[in-house]
Amino acid sequence: MRTGLVNAWLQGRAAKPLVFLAALLPLVTLVVGATAGSLGANPAETLMRSTGDWTLRMLCLTLAITPLRQASGWHALLRLRRMLGLFTFFYGLLHFLCFAWLDMGFDLAAMLKDIAKRPFILVGTSALLLMLPLAATSFNRAIRTLGAARWQRLHRAVYAVALLALLHFFWMRSGKNDFAEVSIYAAVIGVLLGWRLWWRFRPGSTA
Amino acid sequence: MHTRVDRGHIHPKASEITPQAVYAARRQWIQGLAATAAGLLLPVPQAMAQSARPGKLAALPGGRSAVAGAVTMDKLTAYADASTYNNFYEFGTDKADPARNAHTLKPRPWTVAVEGLVKRPGTFDLESLLKLAPMEERIYRLRCVEGWSMVIPWVGYSLAELIKRVEPLGNARFVQFETLADRAQMPGLRSGVLDWPYVEGLRLDEAMHPLTLLAFGMYGEVLPNQNGAPLRLVVPWKYGFKAAKSIVRIRFVEKQPKTSWEAAASSEYGFYSNVNPQVDHPRWSQATERRIGEDGLFAKKRPTLMFNGYEPQVGQLYAGMDLRKFF
Repeated sequence: MRTGLVNAWLQGRAAKPLVFLAALLPLVTLVVGATAGSLGANPAETLMRSTGDWTLRMLCLTLAITPLRQASGWHALLRLRRMLGLFTFFYGLLHFLCFAWLDMGFDLAAMLKDIAKRPFILVGTSALLLMLPLAATSFNRAIRTLGAARWQRLHRAVYAVALLALLHFFWMRSGKNDFAEVSIYAAVIGVLLGWRLWWRFRPGSTA
Repeated sequence: MHTRVDRGHIHPKASEITPQAVYAARRQWIQGLAATAAGLLLPVPQAMAQSARPGKLAALPGGRSAVAGAVTMDKLTAYADASTYNNFYEFGTDKADPARNAHTLKPRPWTVAVEGLVKRPGTFDLESLLKLAPMEERIYRLRCVEGWSMVIPWVGYSLAELIKRVEPLGNARFVQFETLADRAQMPGLRSGVLDWPYVEGLRLDEAMHPLTLLAFGMYGEVLPNQNGAPLRLVVPWKYGFKAAKSIVRIRFVEKQPKTSWEAAASSEYGFYSNVNPQVDHPRWSQATERRIGEDGLFAKKRPTLMFNGYEPQVGQLYAGMDLRKFF
């Protein structure tokens, strides 16, 4: 596809609402499934796992924007990055809510005990907490107030979020010795972060 | 043998034990009720009243069991849930995988090798095992180590029936069970999740306990492939993974066998793996459980019972043992 055409579409009026609706689809599917009773024998588990999966997927999409932009010249992709980042936070928050409500019944003492017992939950919670300042400074005025350089430094925390999220998933699956899916996400995130390193240190790079 | 030092076997509070007079009266009342019901429902096979046959597979009716604790009064889990939410890693690690993939399993013809420290070793074909003892219906609670539970009407007979026939030798102290491991029938074997074949084990006295069931069916029909056809173990007071599925070998041994899950993660899955709300899994609490299909999405989880509620029947097997050490 021609770079100009893609950029034109991305800058058009339809792009953002369409991506917004697409990113909401997983949630809609889950809510419909939960009401219809079609989430299988253990709907609570399905909700917990699916919201976790979608957090990771949204995170990968968010992290894919910059490499895609650099590789393809579709610079207008940048318009979508904030929304995808906020969806990552949104699904992460839902994931945490599922744990707190469906698994723990909002019993704070039980939750603290569980977090102490299961380091992978601590890691997941840290990732969510680390996303909090990023989500809170995602609007334009925050960028102006912080100054672009400082804002960008702060938002590099997303790399730590990615590694924590990956560790969370790895640790959760390690109980079952099942790393098939984990390794797919690790490969995707590895490529996305590796690209940044390569881009930075590539011959002739200015940044 | 382990030294049986009492270092904290958790006994129930005296106040929680039902006085003998009370439960004796209760049993009498229930027996009266059952007799009346039997009178009313004479043509219906006993113990089949709770559920209609799902009508999916060949019928395998079971008569009423005389074993104490054989029939729980809990509400049965729906057949659709019990047959689509399974841990059977030979067919994939997702709980929906076995129902999707297990159609490749050929449960007939089938043989089980019984070997090791027994007077009469041999290979039993499925037909002879089916005729070995009368089929009984056993309605057991099933508690998975992952924190969910079901109530399943199994059809089979006490494993002790088979054990008695092969006559274990004096030095046989443990029984080892082996699941089929055939790459042609089981796509999950390609993954390195566990060392195949799946191996489980029981102490001989546990294996001889009348509640330990050699199951051939559930819900009045032969076992679906994904539930461990054509025959599996059911040990209702232990976490579900102790119940080896699709068994091809039963071996009587002197030393405690190394089970598949112990080999994979010995700090997380012990040999005994008795259901115990007071001994947590290293990575999660075992104090509560979610009853599949019954406890709603937002319902509080129910407390897990010591030995899954079978303490009156099996508690004495572990008298004096430190259940934290022998978890």
